[in-house]
Amino acid sequence: MPRSPERGSLARIGIFVGFFVFLLLVWEGLKFIGGDPWRTDTWTWEPPLEIWFASDLLLPHVWDIFGALANPVQRGADESLAQFLLGAALYTWREAAIGFVVGAIIGIALAAVFVHSRLLERAFVPYVIASQTIPIVALAPMIVFAFGQDVISVVIIATYLTFFPVTIAMIRGLRSPDPRALELMRSYAASRWSVLWKLRMPASLPYLFTALKISATASIVGAIVGEGPGGIPDGLGRAIINFNSQYISGPEKLWAAIVACAILGIAFFSLIRVAEIVALRGRGMRTEAA
Amino acid sequence: MADPNIDPVGRPAAEPASVVRIRGVDKRFDAGGQRVTTALSGIDLEIWRGEFVSLIGPSGCGKSTLLRLIGDLTAPTEGSVEVNGKPAHAARLGREYGMVFQAPVLFDWRTVEDNVRLPLELLGLDRSERDRRIAAMLELVELSDFARHHPYQLSGGMQQRVAIARALALQPAILLMDEPFGALDEMTRERMNSEVLRIWQQTGTTIVFVTHSIPEAVFLSTRVVVMSARPGRITRVVDVPLGNPRNDLTREDPRYFQLVTEVREALRAGGGFDTDAPMASADRLNAEGGIG
Repeated sequence: MPRSPERGSLARIGIFVGFFVFLLLVWEGLKFIGGDPWRTDTWTWEPPLEIWFASDLLLPHVWDIFGALANPVQRGADESLAQFLLGAALYTWREAAIGFVVGAIIGIALAAVFVHSRLLERAFVPYVIASQTIPIVALAPMIVFAFGQDVISVVIIATYLTFFPVTIAMIRGLRSPDPRALELMRSYAASRWSVLWKLRMPASLPYLFTALKISATASIVGAIVGEGPGGIPDGLGRAIINFNSQYISGPEKLWAAIVACAILGIAFFSLIRVAEIVALRGRGMRTEAA
Repeated sequence: MADPNIDPVGRPAAEPASVVRIRGVDKRFDAGGQRVTTALSGIDLEIWRGEFVSLIGPSGCGKSTLLRLIGDLTAPTEGSVEVNGKPAHAARLGREYGMVFQAPVLFDWRTVEDNVRLPLELLGLDRSERDRRIAAMLELVELSDFARHHPYQLSGGMQQRVAIARALALQPAILLMDEPFGALDEMTRERMNSEVLRIWQQTGTTIVFVTHSIPEAVFLSTRVVVMSARPGRITRVVDVPLGNPRNDLTREDPRYFQLVTEVREALRAGGGFDTDAPMASADRLNAEGGIG
């Protein structure tokens, strides 16, 4: 008997949560056998071994990381670390989302051009690929130099990381229709434009969403990396740089910022996933998994 | 039950008019290097308004190519193809064809009614006229209750009926069908044969029908065009003077058996089959498959 969908998704959530708990146990387990002494008011535990990376500096206690979220972001500040990180994450997400949308449009447009011209495809795809072999850390300062220390620079960097997966996937997706479907359109004397809008584009949606899920996370990385040279003080990028410089006195803050980045990435990814489910419903294909 | 709105031709049917006129057509394909494959050689064929013509022959005889030439999906190397008195190319631009393939080729992101709507959108008809035609077409193929379904929710036979409705939505002068029921099981296929005959009679559309199946060709057609391979050519044209309407009793009519035998012998005379493996029955031919 096939498993019901409810049971399937319950199992998935169970495995996800179970693995999370497992990671926490490994984390704290390492600290228990090889980290710094565990101290409470009444009780002290001396781990028997010494594992260099299990120290409180490199691997703070999980409860210290989550505890730091509730503490003020700075001594004397009204704002808690959690509130600060939420604000920073939303700010970074806005930059990433704008870059994501612009990058997706550029990627789709490039693919549409390439699909209609083998010549242009052969001539320009190597450049598209070359563009992605340049490390973003090398490119970001140049973009900032060109466009100034402004949000626009960060958006451009996010765009830069977004358009590539979309271009490559859409070249494939726009070519995905059954040859007979193209003949059908030909028998209706459909224009290239009609073929693009009524056949190629809808047929490419599954490919597009696969690329968009990659791009969603890439655009966030781009925005975070770009905020440093871009001189943007309000996002996660600057928070990471700041907390990095304060690492010795409070390592858990940097860890909390990393957690915030991860949650932001998962949230953006999930948003695209939901859009995918809505856009592809009715096609009778399994849109399962990532 | 004949609906005047879905008369596809919409012009006087008094005098017999030529819908397809093929003169001296050769079709060669470059097979790479110096090699050239002759798919069709010396084809002459005239099809009259309201006819149901089947093209039958072994794999590689070029019957699908001939259909595609009529539909201007490929161009002849020599000779001319006229549809409705104009070059096939002009007829295609004038949207005078309906095309049905072996696979339904429905757009899976569109519902049944939106699939039928597709050609009407391309034609730029206004909304009320579109809706009226969609309703008429779905009624014609008896799928009105499934208008809002998606293709994956339908059986293979139902999907092919949607494809027929879509092809007829433009009220084409001619319906081209390329082994439309080849992928269906035998029971569904017989039912679809009766369906397509009913639609043909109801609409008066001229139909050109490619098939591998002798019984199917004889049951459906007013004429059966027998082809042979290497090079693809027409070896015989068999008239099928069975009356209409045709039904299950037709399949038991002695004249029907006679005609099936006649077509089979014409195929054999054309060298369509390997002589060391003689065809025992038409069913054997059905099982052959291939792309013709």
